[in-house]
Amino acid sequence: MSDKVKVTIDGISIDVDAGTSILNAARQIGGDIVPPAMCYYSKLQGSGGKCRTCLVKVSKGSEKDPRPMPKLVASCRTTVMDGMEVQNITSPEVVEARKGVVEMLLINHPLDCPVCDQAGECHLQDLAYEHGSEATRYEFERRTFDRIDIGDKIQLHMTRCILCYRCVFTADQITNNRVHGILGRGDAAEISTYIEKAIENDFSGNIIDVCPVGALTDKTFRFKNRVWFTKPVDAHRDCPTCSGKVTLWYKGEDVIRVTARKDEYGEVEEFICNTCRFDKKKTNEWVIEGPRKIANHSVISANHYEQLGPPPVIRKNPALLEANKEQFERSTKL
Amino acid sequence: MGRKLLLEHINVPGINSFEVYRQKGGYRAVEKALKTLTPDEVVEEVKKSGLRGRGGAGFPTGMKWSFLAKPDGVPRYLVCNGDESEPGTFKDRYLMTHIPHLLIEGMIVSSFALGANTSYIYLRGEMMPQIRILEKAIAEAKNAGFLGKNILGSGFDLELYVQPGGGAYICGEETALIESLEGKRGNPRIKPPFPAISGLYNCPTVVNNVESIAATVPIINDGADEYAKIGIGRSTGTKLISASGNLNRPGVYEIELGIPVEEFIYSDQYCGGIANGKRLKAVVAGGSSVPILPANLILKTINGDNRLMTYESLADGGFASGTMLGSGGFVAYDEDQCIVRNTWNFSRFYHHESCGQCSPCREGTGWMEKVLHRLEYGHGKLSDIDLLVDVSKKIEGNTICPLGDAAAWPVASAIRHFRDEFEWHVTHPKEAMERNYGLANYADPLPKPEDLHPVN
Repeated sequence: MSDKVKVTIDGISIDVDAGTSILNAARQIGGDIVPPAMCYYSKLQGSGGKCRTCLVKVSKGSEKDPRPMPKLVASCRTTVMDGMEVQNITSPEVVEARKGVVEMLLINHPLDCPVCDQAGECHLQDLAYEHGSEATRYEFERRTFDRIDIGDKIQLHMTRCILCYRCVFTADQITNNRVHGILGRGDAAEISTYIEKAIENDFSGNIIDVCPVGALTDKTFRFKNRVWFTKPVDAHRDCPTCSGKVTLWYKGEDVIRVTARKDEYGEVEEFICNTCRFDKKKTNEWVIEGPRKIANHSVISANHYEQLGPPPVIRKNPALLEANKEQFERSTKL
Repeated sequence: MGRKLLLEHINVPGINSFEVYRQKGGYRAVEKALKTLTPDEVVEEVKKSGLRGRGGAGFPTGMKWSFLAKPDGVPRYLVCNGDESEPGTFKDRYLMTHIPHLLIEGMIVSSFALGANTSYIYLRGEMMPQIRILEKAIAEAKNAGFLGKNILGSGFDLELYVQPGGGAYICGEETALIESLEGKRGNPRIKPPFPAISGLYNCPTVVNNVESIAATVPIINDGADEYAKIGIGRSTGTKLISASGNLNRPGVYEIELGIPVEEFIYSDQYCGGIANGKRLKAVVAGGSSVPILPANLILKTINGDNRLMTYESLADGGFASGTMLGSGGFVAYDEDQCIVRNTWNFSRFYHHESCGQCSPCREGTGWMEKVLHRLEYGHGKLSDIDLLVDVSKKIEGNTICPLGDAAAWPVASAIRHFRDEFEWHVTHPKEAMERNYGLANYADPLPKPEDLHPVN
């Protein structure tokens, strides 16, 4: 086991493969200590490091070089070293810095959640709720852009964008020619398909799924319904271009939206093609597998009355088990 | 008068041509290095000289060179950072305009030391005249056999290219410069990997400031020990200072590191005092991104010692009462200058130049600029001052590249040292639009250390 390295995050140790990032090591532990990530996307090469919400403090560099790192580091792009000790929610400095980042992300965000289709599955909403402060100190006009149609199925509402670059990486990496990038600089930077050229590609719809906010929305779903009123169901079909594994979102009898299957960190399991996403909206075109489980913290799971289970690490770690005894008993009671 | 190493022959007519430069002893360093020294010996000389990066950070150049990875079969690159765009700094442009062969000579010596067979001089897009001057100089050097294949029969090949950028401040950050040189959008990369391991085209790369590269010429010519004799402690050699602001004689000066700041401002050899007989109010000692200091703190350290023009002495007292030598952009403000307006101006610059990649800098610089604009134009609130301090703290250290720090420091330091003036702008908005705050107590002698901490 020579290629395993030991890392301790907020006092919880885990052995991970060498070359794993701190964020992924934290995800292997799970629970509260996972830093939030707005721009990192494990399926996209080169993503991460930009939003700065995943900042953590490295209080001990490694076994060989125990010096702490002088600045907070982006956990998604910092690889673990043997014996590294990381502080996330146990460091007031990190909590404060993260609060600052959330505030920065929100100062130019329109906060139009009541009319935004992403509301309910928006990472920025979750982030702001968990890590932000209750009020803003920003008293100036917010930056706005006109809405742009990227093809006939996708709409870009740049005003809501947090410039995570995920869609740019997606367009770069899973489609074969790049027609999509960033124009402008600083807070005038914008996602663009270079003079509004439509992305003509079978997989362009995936940029909707990777968008953490409501900047890229599905025009076939816009203003149809709130996500928490719809029922997610796993389904698949025999698709010649993609894996065909999707989540159908039902409203009553009708499929009103098709997305890829997202895991608990909001990352898709497999990218799907535009035919599956936009054109196949009848139940008889799909093989239904069963209800899709959405992470408990999501509003989509509200009223689904599932047991609130403690994260697996608390179940396994005796010290934490003791500390969370009450909650553990409550949640393991049948 | 201090010794001049870089600008010794600056006033010789025609020094920008190859013949005159050669007559004045030019390209001796190339001959010496290529014929008598091995690359490692050149690196060792530069290390011994104690030369520190002249671009701002002050990292020892020899050490940087020795970190360069040297895998077999992979080319290595030397990139000269001529993107100089820090407000207040104009030394590199001056050097390249008037004595371009010094840079070419330094590039040859440095490329030889690093084993780079292709080197680039990256210039800011606005420096079109300098690009032509350098290209002409490269052609002349090539014609004389100092560039190209098998230079001086040593078997060392070197091609030198000048590459203009698009004119962005951010491209002065080394990884953004590399991205820009590769033809991409100039966004800083996330480090690690450092350029010494994976830089230009994913090959080991060294990025050095124009002045650092030029300084290798006197180091090789006279020897490292001779060079290290100049200066104090870990600040060795000479440094180009771009003096501007309300000075009698602004301009580019080559100083021996270690002269007192007071001498630099008031001596007739250098800036010749404050223009129009006014009094000094504040100084930005190393380009717009370093903390601004009031007159009393720039002349003396908090302990009452004379402040010297060295990396260490200027940084004495940390950020509480010190600043940095930075890139040597020395801006002096007289008693009629408004610090709030100046801070707003700097902040506007950083807002405009932020690349927009990471959120604290993208959003925070704009926010600070708007608040400062409001303060300057008399619509501010007292709480704005604390807000600015807090926002600058949220940016500092949390960004990918040092631009975030550079945007945060001037604001934080201006408020730290000139809080009265900011408050006056809030409490007397009408008056602030009509007149300036004036010198106030910013030039008063500092309280003695024993007064600050009375012994009981």
